[in-house]
Parts: sequence; C-alpha cells; structure tokens
Amino acid sequence: MPRRVAIIATGQTKHAARRLDVNIAELITEAVTRALQDADLTMRDIDAVLLGNMEPFEGFLFPELWAVEGWGGYMKPSVKFNTGGTVGTTTAIAAYYYVASGIYDTVMAIGFQKQSEGHTQTAITTVGDPIWERSVMAGAIGNFAVMATTYMHESGVTEEQAAKVAVKARRNACLNEYAHLQMPDITVEEVLRSEMLAYPVKRLDMCPQSDGAVAVIFAEESKAQKLCPRPAWIKAVATAHEQQYMGDSPKRLAEMRSLIAASRRAYQAAGITNPRKELDVAEIYEVASFAELAMYENLGFCERGEGGKLIDAGVTELTGELPVNPSGGVLSTNPIGATALIRVAEAALQIMGKAGRRQVEGARTALATGYGGNAWTDILILSREKP
Amino acid sequence: MRRVAILGAAQTRFEACKASLAYNELVYGVVREVLDRTGVPMREIESMVTASQDAYDGKTISGMAINEVVGAYLKSEAKVAADGLQALLYGVARILSGEFDLTLVVAHCKESEGDPAAITGLMFDPFVQRPLHLDELTAAALQARRYCRKKGLTPEDVALVSVKAHRQALKNPYAQRAGTFSVSDVLASPLLADPIHELEAAPRSDGACALLLASEARARALTDRPVFIVGVGNCTDAYWTERDLAEAGALQEAARRAYAMAGIREPAREIHVAEISARYAHEELMAIEALGLHPNPVELIAEGRAEFINPSGGPLCGNPPTVSGLVRAIEAYAQLSGEAGARQIEGARTALAHGAGGICGQNQTVVILRRE
Amino acid sequence: MSREETTLRVPFLLDMEYRYAVGQYGRRFFTELRDHARLMGARCPECERVYVPPRPVCGICYRELHEWVEVGPEGTIVGWTVVRLPFIDPMTGEQRPVPYGFAIIRLDGASTSLYHFLDETDERKIRVGQRVRAVFREKREGSLRDILHFRLLEE
Repeated sequence: MPRRVAIIATGQTKHAARRLDVNIAELITEAVTRALQDADLTMRDIDAVLLGNMEPFEGFLFPELWAVEGWGGYMKPSVKFNTGGTVGTTTAIAAYYYVASGIYDTVMAIGFQKQSEGHTQTAITTVGDPIWERSVMAGAIGNFAVMATTYMHESGVTEEQAAKVAVKARRNACLNEYAHLQMPDITVEEVLRSEMLAYPVKRLDMCPQSDGAVAVIFAEESKAQKLCPRPAWIKAVATAHEQQYMGDSPKRLAEMRSLIAASRRAYQAAGITNPRKELDVAEIYEVASFAELAMYENLGFCERGEGGKLIDAGVTELTGELPVNPSGGVLSTNPIGATALIRVAEAALQIMGKAGRRQVEGARTALATGYGGNAWTDILILSREKP
Repeated sequence: MRRVAILGAAQTRFEACKASLAYNELVYGVVREVLDRTGVPMREIESMVTASQDAYDGKTISGMAINEVVGAYLKSEAKVAADGLQALLYGVARILSGEFDLTLVVAHCKESEGDPAAITGLMFDPFVQRPLHLDELTAAALQARRYCRKKGLTPEDVALVSVKAHRQALKNPYAQRAGTFSVSDVLASPLLADPIHELEAAPRSDGACALLLASEARARALTDRPVFIVGVGNCTDAYWTERDLAEAGALQEAARRAYAMAGIREPAREIHVAEISARYAHEELMAIEALGLHPNPVELIAEGRAEFINPSGGPLCGNPPTVSGLVRAIEAYAQLSGEAGARQIEGARTALAHGAGGICGQNQTVVILRRE
Repeated sequence: MSREETTLRVPFLLDMEYRYAVGQYGRRFFTELRDHARLMGARCPECERVYVPPRPVCGICYRELHEWVEVGPEGTIVGWTVVRLPFIDPMTGEQRPVPYGFAIIRLDGASTSLYHFLDETDERKIRVGQRVRAVFREKREGSLRDILHFRLLEE
C-alpha cells in the first residue's frame, strides 16, 4: 500500500500573452510565493522540487537551472521533466510517486513557460519526426484540424457544437482571476465567424499562447493533515502512451486509445464506475474546442457520438451536472509547460473549496487530465476523502 | 528504506557517430538486450522512465521517438530532461511507491547529429552570457583553472586523471577512446580551452543504455544474486556564476544524503568501486574529494591506488550526454554482479554511481549500490 | 510611458543544424521510394498490422518487424484540412505558402496512416473516406517529399 499523498497548496501567476514585466525566474517566483503563502510554508518546508517545462519554446537547455533562485532550489533535490503538453501532469504524477515512495515528504511541482520569448509554431512543428513527419507537417493547427475532421466524420459533431465549447471556456475564464483570455461577451456566432485557420478550426476554436507558471505542493499524510485543513487527496494517477507516429492511432480523436486506457485504469483505482455521476468536476486538457467534445466521449462522460449533445444540454457548464473546465481551461490559458499542472491545481482548488467565483459547490471528487506528445494521456483523480 | 534491485542492464558501445541507426533502432537494441538477459517479457513491465534532451535530438519532445520501442504503448512512461541517473532515481521512486514492481530505465543521445557547442551554449543566461559565446567546455576551463589555483595543482597533476582513465578503458569493450598515454602525451594533446587538453575532455559520443529495476520481492523471485540500490541523493547548486567553482557543495550534499540512506559512515573504506561522471579530468579530482573517497586525490592516483575509481575509464572514454550518468550505474551494477570482465574489481560489494547535469555540475546525483 | 514601452527584450536568433539518421528501416523505405517509386511497410508477425512508417518493433505486440510488403500508392483519406494560417517551415526556415491541402492518408495495405499534402485547396471538394493516389516526383532523392502530394481520385 503506497503512502497516502495529498495536495496541500497551489499558486499561479496571472497568465497573459506577454509577461514583459518579469523574466523566467521572476515569473516562477510569483507562482512559488503564492503556493507557499497558500499553506503558510517556507522553502525550508519543501524537501524537493520537480519542474516541468518545454525548453524548445524558449530556446534553452536547463532553463530551470539558470532560474534556480527563482524557485528556491539552492541546495535542494530537483529534476526537470519534458513530455510535451502532458509535462505538467507528468510532473504532478512524479511528485505523487516521489512522496508515496518515502524518499521525500513534501514536494513542490512547478510548471512554467514564457511562450512570448520564443517561436511557438516552430517549436511545435519540430515535434514532428524529422524524417517521417516534419517535412509535410502543418504546424499545431493543421495537425489538429485533420484530427477534427476525422472526429466530425465519426461522431457527427458540428462546428456550432464545438463553438459552444469555445464560448463556455472563455465565459468561465472571466470567473478566474488568473486566466489569460477574458471574453465575457463572446458568442457562438463570433466563434464561427472568426478567421478560418485550417478547416474546421477557426481562431477562436484554438487555445492561446501564454506566459505563466504554477506551483503545487504535495505532502504525505501526516504533514498534509497538519498543514492543510482540507487537503486534496490523490485517489489515482495513470499514464498511457500511443505508438510512435502521428498516423498510428487509427481514429485519432474519435477513438483516443491512450485516454480510454488511462481513464479506465484511474476510475478502477478510485472505485468509479459512472464517471458522469461520480465526478463532481473535471479539468481536462482540451487543446481545441473539438477536442473537448471528443474527450467527453473517450472519458466515458457520455456514449460514443454523443459529445455534441452533452454541450447542447449544458451538462458541462459551470451549473451543469458535471462542470468541465470551470477555470476556462486550455482554451483560455496555455503556457505549455504549466498548462497540465494548472489542470491539477484547479482540480485541487475545487476540492479545497478555494476556487472562488468558479467554485463548484460541494465538489468532492475531481478529475484532471494532461494530453500531449503523440496523443498520450495523464490522469489524476483528486478527492476530499482519503484513498 | 525498502529496497529496489537492478535485474539487468545493457549499453551500446560508445562511438563518435552511429550514422546507420535512427533513435528508435539505437534504443531498441539496448532494451532488447535487457529483456533477453533478464528473461522478463515486455508485457510484464508497466513503467518506464527515459532520459533525453530535445536540444541534442533536434526534436521537441525527444521521448516521442522512442516511446514505442521502450514498450510504452498504453503504459506509463515519463521522460526526465536531465542526466540519466536522475531517470534511475525516479524509477526507484516509482517502485518504492508500491505502484510498480518493475521499471525500465533508458537513456539515449547522439551528439553526432547536432552541434554540441551551440547546444550547450543554450544553458547560458541570455542577457549577459550568451553574447559571450560560452559553451560547456569554456565554462569547464574556467572551473579547472579556478580549482587548480585554489588547490595548488599543476597541469601534470590533472593529466594523471587522463592517463589512468585511458589505461583503465583498455579493459572496457564499450569504450570509445582508450590507450596507454603518458602525462606528457596528455599535455601534448591539442589545447581545447586552456587549461583543458583534448585528452582531458570527454569525446563527443553517440550511445544508449537501459536497465531494469525491480522491487525486492520480484528480484528475489528472479535472481539469487540481487544487486540493490540502497541510497540515493540529489542536490541542486547555485547557477555557475553565483558560486565558487572550486567547491562542489551540491555533490557533497547529494553524497551526504545517499550515504545517510545507505548507512555509510566512512566512504573511503566502505565504497569499493566508484563510477564518477567526470567529463573533464579536473572534475574527477573534485569528485573524489567531495565524495569523501580521499582527501588528496592527486596522491591517490599518483600512487596507483585509484583503480577503483572509474574502472570503466569513465566519461573521458565515451560520454553521450544524459546517457553517461546512467552508464555509471550500469558499470557499478556490472562490478557488483561480477559481470565486469577484464575491468572487474575483485571483491566489490558496495559501489557508488555519480551523475551530473548543468553548467559545471550544477545538479548532482549520487546512488549507492550493494550486493548481498 | 506605459510599462510595456519601458521593458527591454534581448533578441537571440537560434540557427541550429542537425543531421538526422534515417536508420535501417528508413533506408529501405526511402531507397525503394527513390529508386522504384514504391511504398513499403513492415508487417508484424503476430497481429499482422502493416506499419508505415516501418519501424523495428510493433508497439502493440512488442514483436520485431522483418517482413516487408508493398503498400499504396492509392489510399483513403482518414482526416483532412486546408491550411490557411501561414507558418515557418522548420525544414527551410521560410514561410510555407498557403493555402494547401493536408490529410491523414491510409495507404492501401497499411494499418497505420501517413500525413501528406493534397492537390486540392477547396474545402467543399474533400471528404473523409475519399480515395487518393500518390503523385511521385520525377527526380527523387530519398525523402518523404519524393511524394509531391496525393491526388484526389474521381469517384
């Protein structure tokens, strides 16, 4: 039986398109300071620091080592992860394993990215295999668009239904003081009329590029109980990978093999048989509006082909049966190295009852996901009850 | 601490350029060898930790190229963008968490595919240092000079490390560079960045390695000669321009933690083999001191009593970045399992593996292994 | 003055050259493509999936792949788009001309798909399930660009 582990504190920066007021180290400091304040801790209370970042986006090797004073890492154990969009959840899951192992009692997980300092499209295009994909790759958006048409074909979802996701995200983001995009008056028509980037993906269907950082503190059971009145206990974690190349997954979004495998493994570990009923809130890694609908289906929130109906019925709105991304999600805030860890932080805030105006009343069980690389998945399930 | 065992390991021969192999082929070779040696089928392994660097691979998310060949389809893999010994540490944590019985740890790098000077130049702060065109080598040269001046060492003292390394590497079939060199040979080799000569710097290498970790229970079922990881320690130092480069504070601290976990009080007496990530000759001297293996490393080497340090020849004889640290653990494991061939140190029961990352070893890892 | 006007940014141009090894499987594929305008996949001895790109091992069965089979040159569109957003091509450092058609294509006889260009840029004329055929360059050098694009076939 692993040691029980809980999240006891979180801190985020104000995410924005360009945080020109701070450098990378100072950006991280902002999140770390808030996380320490959240649990009334100092860096002396932290045994080790795990970091997540996608350094090609800033053109760095070991940016965290240059920025070490920014996260208080001097003379502390640390390690940096790099797994693409999932890197934030990779880091959170590593924090869980490290604390569960007994090697450390308290671990701070940090995700950071200053996308404004590099060239995002180039860094994403070099995700493509240099021999087999890159010479014909169409950037993040083209790559995403081809998956979206497959999904539309398989499930029958419409551009309007996807636009509703984009609207939900940006309206929810207005309740989140840290979110990058704040668009209170956005409408479905506006999304549908926004510039066509690559059919069926329009500008407002896509996530933005953000500068931002997030810090989340994990602790073992006795420390968690001492330091936090209502810790968010880690009920289950799971990771599942895809095969090597982008074309290997037969139906891409329409059948997300890694999301299905990881979520079912996590549900089983957490004793969840009906996720729509038993989860109170979900923070999922939806890189684009269409992906969120596909993820509803693959996460088992609804039957296959019913993703569009779920958004039509308002099930995933903040006031719905299973609110999805009350924070505004990736569609509103996307500093890549931090994005998946923000999902975990937001899920923890819901369990801790600290989500402010975006709080889902009485949330007891929350799901957080990361999605990245070649369509692979991380899952965490957080709970008010101990595992 | 509960114990984690190494079941088996494999490494490629280090070479300047493995032009015929793509990353997935290079890595598949070592993974296959580990599976064959341990007899564990891939379907029983559910956890993998890999180490590689996007900047070396010229690819965002370098792990994507090798996830499938490490068997990660629908399984849990994570990539550390750090030294390979850090991947081992995370693998140990995964098993100690109780969630996995087996974890495969893999590292790869091909320096031949990119421009190592430009790549390591990306470690430097963009505001003040990048305009100066620094790279790993120039920073190491500054450190070497500072260390030698503070300790009163001569160029001949440092060259002794290279003489020993290349001599010991003659017994290592994986070595890329080996030979019988004299101190004057070393000092006559081209000066790369004063005071570092070519034979005092690790060559540029391609390679990969893998090892399989197991819980104690699983290890006992599969082998009657288990080698256990009994101590781990890691520590991060200040950025290179914010510390005295002649000191190895982070390494001392990482060692202190690993020794405490392993119950080691007198490392000089209790460590029988040490594999040290010295990419430059002076780093081995610094590490011998910081690890408490001997207070006067030059004397130790000059008197021919340092054969237990880097019996493989160490990184001076082959050093794919990120792979190099994990190979130190594989070499230590080979010594304890009696599989080190001609380079075997007789009677070794406790071994130390050291890994480093960042400019002038900003992040340090120490792992202690022991056989029963 | 606003804060934005007073902030300083340091420009840095990253110009990196890499020499990627194609590998043993890639060498066979690209040699066939260059010399014979023929597309090849590797078949798994266990599940019989045919992999394009070919690779050392089937990730699902974890079996080595040694059997080569010809695939294509015709195939079926699994997903498609018309890219209208200009972006920098990392292979050349220059902006890729837009618009262009782009698709996930399942070559006949293959179990996996390739990403490649389409010869069509009118969204109304492309659909999932449509048949396509590889158009090869006259002068081929052994890269995926030896396929110029895929041509939509008449229904």
